[in-house]
Amino acid sequence: MAEPLLDVKDLKVRFATEDGIVQAVSGISFNLEPGKVLGIVGESGSGKSVTAMTIMGLTRGVNARFDGEVLYKGTDLLNVSDSGMQEYRGNEIGMIFQDPMTSLNPVYRIGAQIAEAIQAHEEVDKRGARARSVELLRQVGIPNPETRVDDYPHQFSGGMRQRAMIAMALSCNPSILIADEPTTALDVTIQAQIVELIGRLKDDFKSAVIFITHDLGVIAEIADEIIVMYAGRVVEQGTTRDVFYDPQMPYTWGLLGSIPRLDRPRVDRLHTIEGSPPSLINLPQGCKFRPRCPHAFEKCTEEPQLENRVETPGHLDRCWLDVEFKRNHRDETISPGSEEAA
Amino acid sequence: MTVLEQAGESGEAPLLEVRHVKKYFPIRKGVLQREVAHVHAVDDVTFAVRQGETLGLVGESGCGKSTLGRTIVRLLEPTDGDIVFQGTAISHFGTRKLRPLRSEMQMVFQDPYASLNPRKRVGTIVSDPMRIHNLGSRQDQKRRVVEILETVGLSPEHYNRFPHEFSGGQRQRIGIARALALRPKLIVADEPVSALDVSIQSQMLNLLGDLQNEFQLTYIFIAHDLGVVRHVSDRIAVMYLGKIVELSPAEELYSRPIMPYTEALLSAVPIPDPDLAEKRERIVLEGDVPSPINPPSGCRFHPRCRYATDICKQVEPPLVDYGNGHLAACHHPLNVDEATLAKVGVAEEHSPADADDTVLPQDTSGPSDPAVSPTPGDTRSR
Repeated sequence: MAEPLLDVKDLKVRFATEDGIVQAVSGISFNLEPGKVLGIVGESGSGKSVTAMTIMGLTRGVNARFDGEVLYKGTDLLNVSDSGMQEYRGNEIGMIFQDPMTSLNPVYRIGAQIAEAIQAHEEVDKRGARARSVELLRQVGIPNPETRVDDYPHQFSGGMRQRAMIAMALSCNPSILIADEPTTALDVTIQAQIVELIGRLKDDFKSAVIFITHDLGVIAEIADEIIVMYAGRVVEQGTTRDVFYDPQMPYTWGLLGSIPRLDRPRVDRLHTIEGSPPSLINLPQGCKFRPRCPHAFEKCTEEPQLENRVETPGHLDRCWLDVEFKRNHRDETISPGSEEAA
Repeated sequence: MTVLEQAGESGEAPLLEVRHVKKYFPIRKGVLQREVAHVHAVDDVTFAVRQGETLGLVGESGCGKSTLGRTIVRLLEPTDGDIVFQGTAISHFGTRKLRPLRSEMQMVFQDPYASLNPRKRVGTIVSDPMRIHNLGSRQDQKRRVVEILETVGLSPEHYNRFPHEFSGGQRQRIGIARALALRPKLIVADEPVSALDVSIQSQMLNLLGDLQNEFQLTYIFIAHDLGVVRHVSDRIAVMYLGKIVELSPAEELYSRPIMPYTEALLSAVPIPDPDLAEKRERIVLEGDVPSPINPPSGCRFHPRCRYATDICKQVEPPLVDYGNGHLAACHHPLNVDEATLAKVGVAEEHSPADADDTVLPQDTSGPSDPAVSPTPGDTRSR
């Protein structure tokens, strides 16, 4: 096995607020190898963005408490000073944010914003940085980069702004690219372009990618491994094939069953996960998904560990249910009504 | 006589007809604020909606689907064309004349955070429409609000709460409750689920379906998510740069897209199945939607179309009926057999201008024919 670029060990993030302690992330572990794409899926508030931002050192503050380790090439990023993090941000780990409208500065030209990142990390003059910006814009597929480099963000469309963001994130050849919901604000056609672009750039730049999204369709296309998060916890973890074809956690089934799918016949009613995610201040006892889980039983009042319960090594889940039972019953949730249709 | 009128005489009058509707927004410049150009947001759109059906409107951002929705409920006044609701042309009604109509047609908005007044309690938000329309006494109104809150899956104790106390999904339920307060016939839902998480989204889609059955609602469902639109719609209209480029019974659109744009849109939808996703050949559309200020000549899709030829640059294709209520505007239609093509070709030469009067589906048997429903595989194998 190749040396992991990033090794996250039992990361916990808590924030002290006026209402109490928010347990945003409670124990997430994964490692990332070069050239791999890790997909993190979950609903709003499941802790996926906090995980990404913590890796980048963007959640630090007087109210934030961290446990565990974030080892990047052997260095624990949680212990690196704020000024020390500057060396990693952008240079070693690049990040693409969800909303390209708000993450670009509206009063600076696109080229200047990319050049700023390059000059912050490398000894290049203005002209060199500008030439690099043009080249990067070309690589991410902006037409006429020589002239568009002098445009302001408002002159770009949503898809082009996201491309500019990607160019900026890639400007210093980072080993890891974190993409936090990079396609959520975009149309499907543009989303397809961006997903393809990230896949291609990953190979060109030999980067590892952490791809955060709530869209299982996008994840299926791009990820090698998947982490499903719920209420700050990893509830299922495995290869993309494991998670899609042998999902072990009723929450994952619910997610798969909730989407109206174009590859299946139309169903009368979609599966729904009743209720809404729990408050991170006041989490339920035992399994955090228990209040919404249709299969919950007595044992679920005790929280299951994230462990390997199936034949495939590395496929982890947090569910007390018997594997055989799950395999027999999950299709009722994942593809409701498919029996009649078939 | 147009097909629209025929349908009217045959007893099944459509609830809503949209005839050659245009909505241009002026662009003003200079000290005198002269109009220098127009944004062609909606450009000559014609269709009809039957009582009780759901018409899906899909397209990329900027294609004019929201503008069309707002023009239909007359939040905007059309630049040209007619909007006929229950037999009355309402296109140029003033505020006062529109008021009684507001109880018949309502709108559900995209952003549940922005569309509820943060300073009003839920009870007031939902009862305001009734107060404005003088429906019943205070007690009646309150009783009705509680009843509607229960219908949309909220509880009576939510009556005195403020919007900020609710989650996104719950807020969208309040938005739906407000739209239902006056028992409207038509609801225009503008991206009602796109701001919600998937698990909440499916709750909302099921709710909208239940409400439609219970109150015989007619929906115009605007969305960019083709999966969602397929799930809710009986018929679907695909818009591109202010025009309807394809209009079809829902299942048929997915199994047999005629317009290359529809084909590309469908192929761009990610499929949550890693094996299928890998096998599938994807058509990636280059570039963005062109500017609606100065739309391309001929077929507006030609700069991004992989089948485009010279004729597409020069001649704008009319919306042609390919049978079974499936209309498309394309010079190089896909998935059409020779016989249909020959038949349609004659009609096209004969009277291209009348072609789009046939927008109302002629088959009155039902919107989606189970015989044409696709097998999952062949929707995307092409």
